[in-house]
Amino acid sequence: MTGYQSGLLVILCFNVIAAYAVYLPMAAGQLNLGVAGFMATGAYAAAYLTNEAGWPMGAAIPAGGACAGLLALLVAVPILRSQGIYLALATFALGQVIAAIFLNLDVVGGAAGYPVSAYAGPGAVFAATAAILAAMLLLSRTRFALYLTAIKSDPVVTDLMGVNVRAVQVGALTLGAVVGGLGGGLYAHHFSFVEAQHFNVALSIFTVLYVLLGGVQTVWGPLVGAAFFTLLPEMLRAGGGWRYVLFALLIIGVMALRPQGLVTAGARWPARLRGRIPGRPSAETGLSTEVSGS
Amino acid sequence: MTALLAIEHLSIAFGGLQVLQDLSFTVPKGQATALIGPNGAGKTTVFNLVSGVYRPTGGRILLAGQDITALPSRRRIRHGIARSFQNVRLMDHLSVVENLLVGQHATTRGLRDLLVPFRLVPNHRWRREAIDALAEAGLAAYADAGVGALPYGIRKRIDLVRATLAGASLLMLDEPAAGLNPTETNALRDHLALLRRRGVTLLVVEHDMQFVGEVCEHVVVLDFGQKLAEGTLAQVQRDERVRAAYLGQAA
Ligand SMILES: Nc1ncnc2c1ncn2[C@@H]1O[C@H](COP(=O)(O)OP(=O)(O)O)[C@@H](O)[C@H]1O
Ligand SMILES: [Mg+2]
Repeated sequence: MTGYQSGLLVILCFNVIAAYAVYLPMAAGQLNLGVAGFMATGAYAAAYLTNEAGWPMGAAIPAGGACAGLLALLVAVPILRSQGIYLALATFALGQVIAAIFLNLDVVGGAAGYPVSAYAGPGAVFAATAAILAAMLLLSRTRFALYLTAIKSDPVVTDLMGVNVRAVQVGALTLGAVVGGLGGGLYAHHFSFVEAQHFNVALSIFTVLYVLLGGVQTVWGPLVGAAFFTLLPEMLRAGGGWRYVLFALLIIGVMALRPQGLVTAGARWPARLRGRIPGRPSAETGLSTEVSGS
Repeated sequence: MTALLAIEHLSIAFGGLQVLQDLSFTVPKGQATALIGPNGAGKTTVFNLVSGVYRPTGGRILLAGQDITALPSRRRIRHGIARSFQNVRLMDHLSVVENLLVGQHATTRGLRDLLVPFRLVPNHRWRREAIDALAEAGLAAYADAGVGALPYGIRKRIDLVRATLAGASLLMLDEPAAGLNPTETNALRDHLALLRRRGVTLLVVEHDMQFVGEVCEHVVVLDFGQKLAEGTLAQVQRDERVRAAYLGQAA
């Protein structure tokens, strides 16, 4: 593998990890626009533990993930009070606040950035990404994953089935933050440097785009979406200055042809066809008086 | 004859609209009770109150003598209350068997059940139980279909099967026969008879009077959120006020 190839793969790994951090809450229908904040938390916490507490990398990075998860747990309850676009706005603001705090926190270098005294090579990054991917695949075979999709489909009915909807949502946001924090910690140790400016709005938004493009219906969506976003611009290099135009057109094309994302659940019929089945009242009729709050 | 469910002086208003007013009736244990009345009478609202989707503005709901009026909706299924939905509320992003797995939730326990990757195990007990329940309703062929593509009658009956999976003692069915063809209605009747034999108490909202007569021994008539009459179907059909309000309109 050339240095260019392994460098590209490492970037892909970070993007994949970030994509799963966004995917978990998104599978339950919650848009997290502040994933960069959770990644920054993991990055700085892990770097601090390595530098100041002398922790080995293998403990500091998971601890960074745990810190990000703890933060998510603390903010989840107030944040999840809001729904839809307001939830997105709240997570967006949170991401901004976290980045701003690190930018002004002198113990971790403030705006000058924070060098990290340990190095995680490409091999470590690949191994960690594979482990996270394996964990996500396992998780996708659990009731927890099933309930995420159920909540996205119909939170009222999921609640009536006895599922603690709020707890599952908090769990998804928190677990996503742990994954993001792990990615952040890994990032800090791979580049041996953390700066708050890296964990900006663009990072949060691009990560959401990976997930949307890949699709949230299956656990493979984030992987495919992140790969598409990371690798395609490289493949289009021949296009020179036009490659981003080409890339943007490709994205628009994909979203037009596959609005549910690149990877969709196997045998399901597309939603567009459902309405045409005879003998079935249209989805809207009567829902409003049947149960509230959906 | 003991009451499994007792509705006592129940009232609810939406904005200025008084939808239920001082409504009282009981659902005898082990029987099938029909809740009938014209459209807009408040039948579905009763289900929403008993399942906890809405909070009443007055009155009490007792299940086996226990006051559950303030119990969070999520807890009620573990107390034995399950329901189906008038407009079929299956989760369209999930397959049939996945919908049923969600319906089983109340029979599972703790974090371990939540996080075990059971779908790696071929023919896991949870999946088998869901498919057995489907088979009892004659629907096993649809186990792995996406729910969105299925005909209405099938979706409607899967919605019912899902409600039976928590082992509830009280099953509330909102117009279970509406939109079913005669064959499907027969299958539904057999399925309900099976549930009855297992000791499940039924509360059924239904417009098809023949179906009500065949399935339910006890009928409560609702109009404008108030109880008009109560008794056997033959008794309430003789009631003058019921004829005026409901049966007259239907004829
Ligand atoms: N969430 C709600 N908000 C406002 N009005 C409602 C709501 N739910 C039900 N209603 C009203 O209550 C009345 C009874 O509705 P419903 O219980 O669905 O009747 P039924 O099931 O007997 O046909 C109707 O007038 C309906 O519009
Ligand atoms: Mg109704």
